[in-house]
Amino acid sequence: MADTPKPEELTKIDHTAPLKGWMDTPVELKPGIYCHAASPDDLRAVDTPNVHEWRPGDEDWNLPDNWKNIVEDGFKLRLDRFRSFKLFMDICVRCGACADKCHFFIGSGDPKNMPVLRAELFRSVYRKKFTTGGKLLGRLAGARDLTEDVLKEWWYYLYQCTECRRCSLFCPYGIDTAEITIIGRELTNDLGLNTGWIAGPVANCYLKSNHIGLLPHVIKDNIEFFVDDIEDVTGIRMEPDFNRKGAEILFVTPSGDYFADPGTYTCMGYLMLFHYLKAQGLDITWSTYAAEGGNFGFFTSHEMAKRLNAKIYAEAKRLGVKWILGGECGHMWRVIHQYMDTFNGPADFLEEPVSPITGTRFENAKSTKMVHIVEFTADLIKHNKLKLDPSRNDGLILTYHDSCNPARGMGFLEEPRYVIKNVCNNFYEMPSNTIREQTFCCGSGAGLNAGENMELRMRGGLPRANAVRYVHEKYGVNMMACICAIDRAALPTLMQYWVPEVDITGVHELVANALVFKGEKKRTTNLRGEPLPGMEDE
Amino acid sequence: MNFLVSIAVSFVAFIIVVLIPWIGIGVFGMHTFFGIVVPYAAMATFFLGVILRVIGWARSPVPFRIPTTAGQEESFPWIKTNPVDNPKDTKGVIARMLLEILCFRSLFRNVRLEYRDADDGTRITFEWEKWLWIAAIVFHYSFLVIFLRHFRFFTEPIPGFVHVLEKLDGFMQMGVVPVVGFGVPGVYITDMLLMAALTYLFVRRIYISQVRYVSLPQDYFPLFLILGLGTTGILMRYFIRVDITSVKELVLGLFKFSPSVPDGIGVIFFIHLFILCVLISYIPFSKLIHMGGIFLSPTRNLANNSRKFRHVNPWDYPVKVHTYEEYEDEFRDVLIEAGIPVEKQPDEKAGESE
Repeated sequence: MADTPKPEELTKIDHTAPLKGWMDTPVELKPGIYCHAASPDDLRAVDTPNVHEWRPGDEDWNLPDNWKNIVEDGFKLRLDRFRSFKLFMDICVRCGACADKCHFFIGSGDPKNMPVLRAELFRSVYRKKFTTGGKLLGRLAGARDLTEDVLKEWWYYLYQCTECRRCSLFCPYGIDTAEITIIGRELTNDLGLNTGWIAGPVANCYLKSNHIGLLPHVIKDNIEFFVDDIEDVTGIRMEPDFNRKGAEILFVTPSGDYFADPGTYTCMGYLMLFHYLKAQGLDITWSTYAAEGGNFGFFTSHEMAKRLNAKIYAEAKRLGVKWILGGECGHMWRVIHQYMDTFNGPADFLEEPVSPITGTRFENAKSTKMVHIVEFTADLIKHNKLKLDPSRNDGLILTYHDSCNPARGMGFLEEPRYVIKNVCNNFYEMPSNTIREQTFCCGSGAGLNAGENMELRMRGGLPRANAVRYVHEKYGVNMMACICAIDRAALPTLMQYWVPEVDITGVHELVANALVFKGEKKRTTNLRGEPLPGMEDE
Repeated sequence: MNFLVSIAVSFVAFIIVVLIPWIGIGVFGMHTFFGIVVPYAAMATFFLGVILRVIGWARSPVPFRIPTTAGQEESFPWIKTNPVDNPKDTKGVIARMLLEILCFRSLFRNVRLEYRDADDGTRITFEWEKWLWIAAIVFHYSFLVIFLRHFRFFTEPIPGFVHVLEKLDGFMQMGVVPVVGFGVPGVYITDMLLMAALTYLFVRRIYISQVRYVSLPQDYFPLFLILGLGTTGILMRYFIRVDITSVKELVLGLFKFSPSVPDGIGVIFFIHLFILCVLISYIPFSKLIHMGGIFLSPTRNLANNSRKFRHVNPWDYPVKVHTYEEYEDEFRDVLIEAGIPVEKQPDEKAGESE
């Protein structure tokens, strides 16, 4: 693993693009920027074609002999399948509005990280293969041949994009680099060129229904540990159950919440909320089969996303639930909101979701039949169904990080803010260019949350971290809330590097800390075991 | 390719475009070819090309509903939504598309990165940057007005709106020193705005290093074409007068499909016309087709209601999944040991296989 440069070295960034043309600048794969290759076993587990041994740093990637044909046919197939891809190959005018909007360009200064150029890496080959002008005029028409170097360049920059879609917000034609990245990654996947940190979780999710491959009883054991911890804090024992037929609601959350701090505290938050509502009629079950809401398949191909996503509806059908509740996660919600019904619907075996506590119909989810837990909780708070003591969170000065996918793939902006403002007293927004639909990525999304590419992650997270530093210095912010499992995994590292004074929390950890149970013991600590404000001596 | 090479290549191509009618008319007297054949060929290329292009895009389906949401979604009645930037239905989509097409809504969001790394810390800020939006708006609308003003040459009698436009456009009656002739025509603001906006767009392409880096020859070429079109137009209007009556006769003939080329039209007009013909023929094969593409862009023209109404993928196909049955078969023992309900007990399974 390459040594990650120190922050003061890393901020020396020059955004001026060089004079030498980009086609004449061959790609140089820098350690610390890219991920390891996938293990062949993981790829075989999901029947990936052309599995072979290779390493990104090697000169020879051991490509199959007919690799150019595979790419060409795959390219053509996807031009015919995706209007987005076809259109985005044709209509860019290279106005440059997207250039300085990408967190990876801002954090690296690498001109090929400008969204327009990331796409041009593909357009140049598209022109050569599929347009008359490109075939006739070649370089003069911005066209170039597909070579191994070009393929390496594709790969290097495809895995430096987190599919956050910030560029697509600013593009006058709505060109969405995420579409190009998703489809480009499909092409690399066809050649067996996936990365370890994507292929490993994909195989685990496929075979064991969670991304690190916990066995079913371990998931249950972990949740039992949470139940013990919650009992220590509140004196009340939660009673979750698993794979229970006949429950009204199935709960699905990203599997990171089962084992990785601070997601574990968010998971405790769900457990406490469900237990709190039990007496009011909430009938909910967890599943070890549909144990993964997050969808690493989405970082591989549309098909793999569909294969992993299928488990959620299948399990809902098997258990005979009425509807599905989903935990806090970013790309999971992009898939659920924009893809799930199309992938694996229609969910005609489920019922239109209705909150059993408030009677609210979730009209906006009437076809997919899956509700976001934050909208579920917001509705509870609005109807005064939760007794909350926000002063328990008074030790926190909060800000909120909009996760890319709920922000730009749903428009899920006010719901989390409403919940946060009801469970915390100190809340400050980051600058307006860095939140809501303009939010900056954590820098580690879309399967880039590995260890060996730490420099890339710290660079990509710089714009987000810089906005956090601003509110930390101005308002003393010491905690950032988010509703994304990759955020909860990636942002603590990012904060340690750039703004060590600020920690990360899920929204339902905040809810649970503020939630006042009947018959609970005097709460002296929060879920992390830290003393509550005024309880330092107890 | 170095940007200088890109500019040089496209400039040479532009010069060739100018020289072809100049030599063709001036030396070889090919009036019929440049006055009739080329315009018809160009119009046919333009219409056919654009139609084929749009059909080509439309043949690729939209498998998933992927709008980029730029505001609050439809939620509870007590949460204020943003029905335009995050449309929940067709009405919202129409509003969003109109704003995109008429006002360049997304480009209006543009800001400029200001990166400062000093001893007292790193500051990443975003500064006001509407120049690109302003130039884009000015350029496109000036071009539109100029095109509409040209109806004076396409139609007889001249429609009323042309007179209104000319009046509005020409309200600045500043004098220009006449080089040829005595008439001092009113200066059209759109002529100046068009040239200014094009110059800005050209200069920023070279001046802003990032834009320079991504620019291709085909980014400079249309700028040269339109600058050439504007320049020859302005030359004709103010400096090298041509016989307007004859020009109108030619143009009307073209539109009535009884074309003829009257004598006495200066070569400058044929250069102007040829540049226009090259420009419209070039549209379907180049980035200039973006005006057609924006209508079809799936991140803008779809409502964000995919949890409410199912979107169907026309090429959807069944995929291999890891079923619950397989999962239970693999983990039945640990599931039972953990007290998690299962579909089949181990003895039942054994009984089945016997």
